[in-house]
This record gives sequence, structure tokens and C-alpha cells, in this order.
Amino acid sequence: MNAPAIAPALTAQDFKSDYKPVWCPGCGDYTVLASITRALAALQLRPEKVAVVSGIGCSSRIPAYTTCYGFHGVHGRALAAATGLKVARPDLTVLVAGGDGDGYSIGGNHFLHACRRNIDLTDIVMDNHVYGMTKGQPSPTTEPDWKSKLSPAGTGLREFHPLVIALAAGANFIARAFSGDPSGTAAVIGEAIRHPGFSFVEVLSPCVTFRPEQRAWKEAVHPASVAATDDPARAARRLMTDDGFNTGVLYKGTRPAYSAAAGKTTLHPADLEKDFAL
Amino acid sequence: MSPTKAARATTPKKPRANGTRAAAGPYAQFMARAYAMETDAAERYADFADQMDVHNNPEVAELFRKLSSIEALHAKRILEEMGWKQPPRAPLAWDEAEPPETTAHTELHYLMQPYHALQLALRNEQRAEQFFARIARARKAPPEVRRAATELAEEEREHVRLIREWMKRVPKPEKDWDRDPDPPGLSD
Amino acid sequence: MTDATVANGRVESVSAALAGSGGAGVMTAGNMLLEAAAQAGYFGLMTRTSGPQIRGGEAAAMLRVSTFASDSQDDRFHVLAAIDWQNVNRFASEIPLGEASLLIGDPAQGEPPEAFLKSGARYVPLPLKALAKQVSGGWPNMVALGVLGAVMGLPEEALERAVRKSMKKGGEALAAGLAAVKLGMAEAAKLERSFPLALPRAGAGRWLISGNEAAGLGALRGGVRFVAAYPITPATELLEWLSPALTKVGGTLVQAEDELASINMILGASYGGVPALTATSGPGLALMIEALGLGVAAELPIVVVDVMRTGPSTGIATKTEQADLNIAMYGLHGDAPHIVVAPNSVADCLAATQWAAGLAESLQVPAIVLSDQYFGQARAIIDRPPGAPASGKRLLAQPNAPAYKRYALTESGVSPMALPGTPGVTYTADGLEHNERGTPSSQASDHLAQMEKRARKLESLDCGEDWATLEGEGDVAVLTWGSCTAPVREAFARARAEGIQARLVSLRLLSPAQPARLAKALEGVKRVLVVEQSFSGQFQRYLKAEYDLPGEVHSLRRPGPLPIRPDEIHRTLKSWSRP
Ligand SMILES: Cc1ncc(C[n+]2csc(CCOP(=O)(O)OP(=O)(O)O)c2C)c(N)n1
Ligand code: SF4
Repeated sequence: MNAPAIAPALTAQDFKSDYKPVWCPGCGDYTVLASITRALAALQLRPEKVAVVSGIGCSSRIPAYTTCYGFHGVHGRALAAATGLKVARPDLTVLVAGGDGDGYSIGGNHFLHACRRNIDLTDIVMDNHVYGMTKGQPSPTTEPDWKSKLSPAGTGLREFHPLVIALAAGANFIARAFSGDPSGTAAVIGEAIRHPGFSFVEVLSPCVTFRPEQRAWKEAVHPASVAATDDPARAARRLMTDDGFNTGVLYKGTRPAYSAAAGKTTLHPADLEKDFAL
Repeated sequence: MSPTKAARATTPKKPRANGTRAAAGPYAQFMARAYAMETDAAERYADFADQMDVHNNPEVAELFRKLSSIEALHAKRILEEMGWKQPPRAPLAWDEAEPPETTAHTELHYLMQPYHALQLALRNEQRAEQFFARIARARKAPPEVRRAATELAEEEREHVRLIREWMKRVPKPEKDWDRDPDPPGLSD
Repeated sequence: MTDATVANGRVESVSAALAGSGGAGVMTAGNMLLEAAAQAGYFGLMTRTSGPQIRGGEAAAMLRVSTFASDSQDDRFHVLAAIDWQNVNRFASEIPLGEASLLIGDPAQGEPPEAFLKSGARYVPLPLKALAKQVSGGWPNMVALGVLGAVMGLPEEALERAVRKSMKKGGEALAAGLAAVKLGMAEAAKLERSFPLALPRAGAGRWLISGNEAAGLGALRGGVRFVAAYPITPATELLEWLSPALTKVGGTLVQAEDELASINMILGASYGGVPALTATSGPGLALMIEALGLGVAAELPIVVVDVMRTGPSTGIATKTEQADLNIAMYGLHGDAPHIVVAPNSVADCLAATQWAAGLAESLQVPAIVLSDQYFGQARAIIDRPPGAPASGKRLLAQPNAPAYKRYALTESGVSPMALPGTPGVTYTADGLEHNERGTPSSQASDHLAQMEKRARKLESLDCGEDWATLEGEGDVAVLTWGSCTAPVREAFARARAEGIQARLVSLRLLSPAQPARLAKALEGVKRVLVVEQSFSGQFQRYLKAEYDLPGEVHSLRRPGPLPIRPDEIHRTLKSWSRP
């Protein structure tokens, strides 16, 4: 007797390691982990063919919680490490995951250049508008009037708009998801992985410890009312005017992904020695 | 519901329908959905149990583990009833962000008490009951599906009752149960 | 604990730990206990340890209360009390117990872990939770506070004052807290083991401060008015203290997007004439290295406080180690003379940072302050630190100085610096090698002349007595630095009681090295013991590279985070005193 659909060879559980997360119970990152594992299972990828690269932060702990190859590098440099990895091993599916501090502050410059290079990576930023790991300092996406010990009067600085910046810098796929919607997030991540070039997925993921008010995000998010566009100008207008809680795939570009100029020479290093011969 | 009662409530019955006939029809689709609901709930409760272990809350960990095994049993029973050798592929879309019997991750707290866990479970069972009851009432649904939905709604109603009883047996949390005088730890 | 007790069964020092899971409030109670000790006139030190979880993790407050000032941990703990035992066994190596120790736990939470029981400590079950329940709104940590306070013989008024101070809101919570503490004290009276402290020494104007706060204060005293930094454990508290404090003294703090940014920001501020500082830990320091070189080349004074944590890489962020010495000394590319200063007590975090800021300014050079997590996050009761002498000032160019040369080859190497806004003396600060005017130059002669100039600045530094802390006499010397100093000092006190003499040399100025001064301090020494908290012996290698050490040299070292305890040093000294 057959089930309605043939069962998948691997399930989301197969992508979850038995190393238990240290995240606070309630943290949105748990669901992001679930979404990533679901997306990988839905795409029928093999864990050993996937690398999850991260920096430092609560969210950046994610690689070890999967059964994929993981790279938990230093703070802010995940995209740089992932770029090297993907160029060296184009056969791998490379995911980059981390927080808003890691991705937009210390790693902001790498973010710009990763968008611009358009290497076939999927960058998942778990944005909680705060530095969780270091106990609640403002990040680039923190509201200007949010008060903390380090900024007792708020930063007074306008928030960084990662989606608009990604578009301007040349990202080929731009989406926003909400951790409280794991199937939606999984679907978006799956699409991001499949899309060629640099895919950027911003996941709103509440930090219940330092921003408990973010539990109310589930009331604020709403699915995008129109389908993704491939026109950067239209996308720019949409992204510039969106309220930050619009979820779904918002831009799907058509730029070809970066590919390293693969040489077809078959020279051996020894062959080069003759250049020096007198 | 106590574990023994739960076990009783989930003893497999005779297969509900002839599997071959049901294989691709709306009834099988419906049961596949019910199966997905139960497995998702079981996995989530297991996740929660792990989280409570890591955060030094063994009592609630044990409770979540219990809830997880109850849901897993329900799922297994659906497989048996349908005579499915392999689990059906989980449908990805639900009315809400998550299946009706699943608690969102953000509901957890490291200092939560058994009562809170049961509150979450109660809400899940209630949502599940409503979910099935809605299908049972749906005129457009095939009679076979409506019959099964009625039965499942009935079961969920029973679970609601059992959990309510269970809740009477655990202490109600005091008002400052989530007080932690110490600041969060730090790392990395 | 040491076995030394004074006449009437009273001890000079008690070490107590309070452990439990998140929510138990062990840190809060620990802080109150430290405050109570201060109120009663004792010295004290509190450190902490915790699991990797951000919330709900196991944690322990570790206190030492004593009649004398010390930053050292004792060999063993007199008492460990636990609100619960969830994963507390993970702290067994950090909370060593002995047969004379007391182990207090709530029987409702199960037996204490074997890791503690096997020490032979006396286990006394005490139903902390049930006791707390006797008080409406009572909490077990407050009962434990009463128990521990009484076990160390703190007067009730001191505990009461501490509780009042921390529960400023008052009301029912305060009443419940006070009642629970009282209950705990009454329970402790029934215990057959206690460790009452000898009477405290009189002293006025003591402080309760962490090393990070002390460093922050030292920075302000040293004239620092601009701070840019990127959060990192365990330096964050320094920044959090400085943020409002700077505002109060007319300064500014900017949270940078990363350490590459923070160090470049302070270089900019310093170029503009405002004394500037950043604080970080190993991973951040590693990122700052390139720009530190810019500070050396462009001769811009800045201070970098490195609150060292366990490395390499992300390591153990919350734990201490003395292993950034190599990078601080030798990490910069090129020949890049700069200052490295290390405080050797919690209190010295103030003086050392202030000193570093002054040296940086007067020599126009970057200064690194090597503090560590142990100092930074320890809270200590200390005698009010003496006011440090007036800080060094930057030598400034006068408006329209004739034929102004920013990098003029002066005798001291220090040349007047023009601040933007000063007319007639404009120049370009440059990391490119340059001539006296600051114009980029690739001439060998300019390179050599400027190298010599920059080196001369450090040679001209007159550190007086500040280069090291020197104590004791004899033909055995212990060379150490930073947070290893206090255990050495304590070992010396024990050795002295047995008639064994030794010299303590704790280096505070690591760069530029002071070989002539050390040679003098070690005159007549036959054996040297080097004590440090680094796996590879970075300090010993540094000593070998920069100094001539007399006689036999031995190393006592271990990586972080476990402290080197006085007993280990004492044993070595004892074995050496036997012919
Ligand atoms: C070079 C360096 N600087 C600073 C740190 C300290 N640090 C660790 S995580 C972090 C920021 C975490 O925030 P985010 O990236 O938003 O992640 P979250 O913890 O919120 O998931 C910082 C500043 C570090 N590890 N390395
Ligand atoms: S501190 Fe915030 S981001 Fe970090 S694990 Fe806890 S809830 Fe998540």
C-alpha cells in the first residue's frame, strides 16, 4: 500500500545534530534551525554536500546544530570564509548564517561585497535588532530610541535597511521571513538556495531575553501582497516603502552567478620551471 | 492526561479504511495531514524537552518528553490504521504559521513550570479539536473525511478534558515564577 | 582555605561559593554577601563562573572574605552552598573543597555530586527551599545568604544593610528578604561547623569596585575623553561603565561597527587632539593590530585595554588567561615600538590605565594595557587607591611655529604635534614612512632616522619605581605579572611564617623592557621561579628574550582558566629552602 506521496529519503530530523542548542528557550533561532533543516530535506540535499558557515553570536552557533559541514569562524567574517569555500568547492551548497551584528556591523563590508560578487551563496541573517550574545547592545538594525546600558539614551541613529542595501549592492535574490512561520521560512530558504547567485534572506527572529517585546512580531508580520519582481527599479521602490514586516520573496534577479575563470590548461608546475631556465 | 490514560486513549483501533482505495483520495490526504500534525507536535515537544534539559529544568523536560511520546504514539497509530509502511510526505501549508497542535518556540521560558507546559498543551489540543471539528462540519468534504474528522475531534476533546484534569494535579505557579534576580550569562 | 586559624578559633579568611541554576539568584546573593562583608569592615573578592547558556544556566558566585586585602583565590573553599545541583559538578575544579570544608545543599534537590563529596567535605543537608517557604515571598538564595553570612561570622546588621542597599524598592520584597536572611542565620547557628572571621582591621574609605570599572576610572583620570569600541566579553562592562561616565565628564563613546572601525576611530580622535581609548579582548586586539602599527608610525597616542580571555580564537570568552602577551608585545608588523603595561591587582587596573594614558600622550605612542577577565570581572573590596601623579601631556606645536616639522628628529624623539585647527603648522599624519616634515619617503636614511626617533621615545621613558612591584628579600626570586601576583604574595606570607624569604618581582611595564632595573632587583639571586597563566610559557620566553636572568630558572605555569593557587607556589618555595 502506498502513502499519498513517496516518503523522502531524508527528513528534517536527519539534518539536526544531537548537539543541543544553548539558546534561551523562546529564542526565535530554534525555529530558524528547524526551517533550515526542513528546507534542506525538501531539496533532498545530502548533509555532507552542504556547508553552513557562520561568525560569532547566538545565531552563529547554528552550524553545529546541523549534521552538515559547519564552519564557526570569527566574528563578522562568515561571508568571507564562505566566499573562499564556494569558489574553491563550487560543488557544495554553501549557506551562511548569523546575526544582524555579525552580518551588518562587523561584517557589513563583506555583506556589500558578497552582494556585489554574486557568488552562489545563501546568506541567512537572523535579525533580532540586538546583540544577543554580548548581552543586549544595539545593532545596526536597532531602533534609534531603544535604550541599553551602552546607549542609555538610545543610539539616535537611523536603522540600517539591509534589504535595500542588498539590492543596491547587487544581491540576486532578496527575501524576508519570520521565524515564527517555519514552513514559510523553509520555503523561502529553499527558493533562495535554488536561485543562482547571492541570495539574501533576512529572517526576523525574536530575542526573547533582550527584546521580549519582539514576541509581538507575530502580530506585525504579513505576507507580501504581490509576487517577487525581477525589476530592480520596482524592487527598490517596494523595499524602500515597506514597513519591515513584509514577508516573502521580494526580488529575484537575473544576473548570472559569479563563476571563477576555470582554466583549461593542463600544465604541471614543473612545466613552468623552464621559464626560469637560462 | 496521565501517561497510562493517554496510552489507553491511543490504543490502535481497527484500520479505518481500506488502504488501497484510500491511497490517493481525499481521505488519505486528510489522514496524511493529521499524521503531519501529530509528528510535528511530537518533534516540537521533544525539542522543548531538550531545551529544558540544557537549561536545568528537568521537571518540565520530563513533562515535555511525555507529551512528545504521546503525540508520537498518535502518529504511529495513524500509520497503523492506514496501513502505511512509510510515513506520508508532510504537507507544508497550514492555515496558521504552524500546524494546530504545535507550540511556537517563542512561548517557552527557561523557568517555566509544569503548569505552564500543560497550559501550552491544552491550547494545542483545543486548536486541534477546532481544526478537526471545522472539517467535520464542512459540507463540501467527502463523508468519509467528515466521519474521520468527527472521530478525531472527539479524541481531541477527550485530550482537552484529560489535560484539564492533569492541570488540577500540578501546583499553580506563583505570580513571580519568572523572577531571575541575576543578569543573563555571557559568552563568545 | 589554609589551615591557619588565629587563637580563638577564628580565621583570617573565608572562601565561600554559592551555586545554582538560572533563576536561583546566586549572583545577586553573592553580591549582597560581598556588600555585607564590606559593611562589616572586611576585605573581599568575588568572582563568578557559569555554564554556556545565556539564560537558566548553572552559575556560581565565588567569594573570599578576609581581614587582609588580597586578590588571590585561596587553595580551597571553606563552604559551598547550592540552591540546586543541576550541572554544578561542572565547577568542581573551580571550587576545590577539602575535608575541613562544609557542603550545604537542599536535600529536596538530591545528593551533592560525587565530584564534591569525594573531597571528604562534611555534607549538611539544609532544606533551603522549604525554609524560604516559611517566609511569605521568601527566596532560597536569601536563606543561603543568611547561612553563609553566619557561617563566616558576619554580623546581622551588616547583612541587613547589604540587603537594604540592594533592594532599594523596599516593601514586601525587602521584608521577605530580611526575614529569609534571618532564618538562614538561625539555621547556620545549628551547624556544627562554621568559620567565624577574626575581627576586621579598621579602615576608612574602602571601595567596592571591579577591575573593569577601575580601568574605566583610570582612563578618565588619565584624560581620556573619547572611546570607540565594539562589544566583547569580558571588556563590555568597562565600556558600559564608561558610556554614561564619559558623558558626565564631557567625553564621548561611540559604538563602532567592528574593531577595525573602533581603533581607527580612536586614531582619528587622537589626531584631533582628544585622548582616546578602546577596550577589547583577544579577538578584537587581533583585528586592531594593523591600525596599532599606524598609531606607531603616525605617532598618534591611543590606549587599547585588552581584557584577556582564554584563547586562541573565540576560546572561552568568559574565562581568564595570560596568553595575549605575545601578540601585545610582538604582534605588530615591522619594528613598531609601543607601550605595554599590565596592572597587577584589581586596584591597579586604575593606576595602570591612568599611567598608560599618560605615557601614550607624553610619548605620542600607542599603549596596550593587559588586564584580564579575572581582574576585569572580579568585584573587590579595596583600600581607596592612592591618587596617581599628574598624567603626562602631549607636546603640542605652537601656532605658526617657524619651519614646523611634525616628525622632527629631537633628542628625546618626541616632537611637537600640531592639532588640526592650529594655523601655520598643518601636516599629514601618515603610516607611510616619511621624513621629518611628514612627506612620504622611501629613502633608507629617512627610514632609519625615523625608526631611531620612534625607538628613542621609549628609551627616554622614565618609569621610576613604577616598572614593577618589588617585595621581600633573599636569594630566591619569583617573577610574575598581572593576576598571578596575588597568589605569589600570599604564598610568600605563608613562607615567611616558616622563616623562608623570597623576592617578589611583578612586572608592570612590559614594553619597553627595563633590563638594567631588573638586573638590579635580582642582584644576588640564585634561583628564579616564573609564575604565569599561559600554556606555552609566554612570560618566561619574554623574560629570556628581553633580560638576563641569574641562576637557575624554573617555570610554574598553566593555561587559564584555573588559577594558580598560593599553595602550589608555597610548596615550590618550601622545597627550594631545603638544602
Ligand atoms: C572580533 C570580535 N569582537 C567582538 C566579539 C564579541 N561578540 C560576540 S557575538 C557579538 C554580537 C552578537 O550579535 P549578533 O551578531 O546580532 O548575533 P545574536 O547574538 O544576536 O544572534 C559580539 C559583539 C567577538 N567575538 N569578536
Ligand atoms: S540572548 Fe537572545 S538571541 Fe541569544 S539565545 Fe537568548 S533569546 Fe536568542
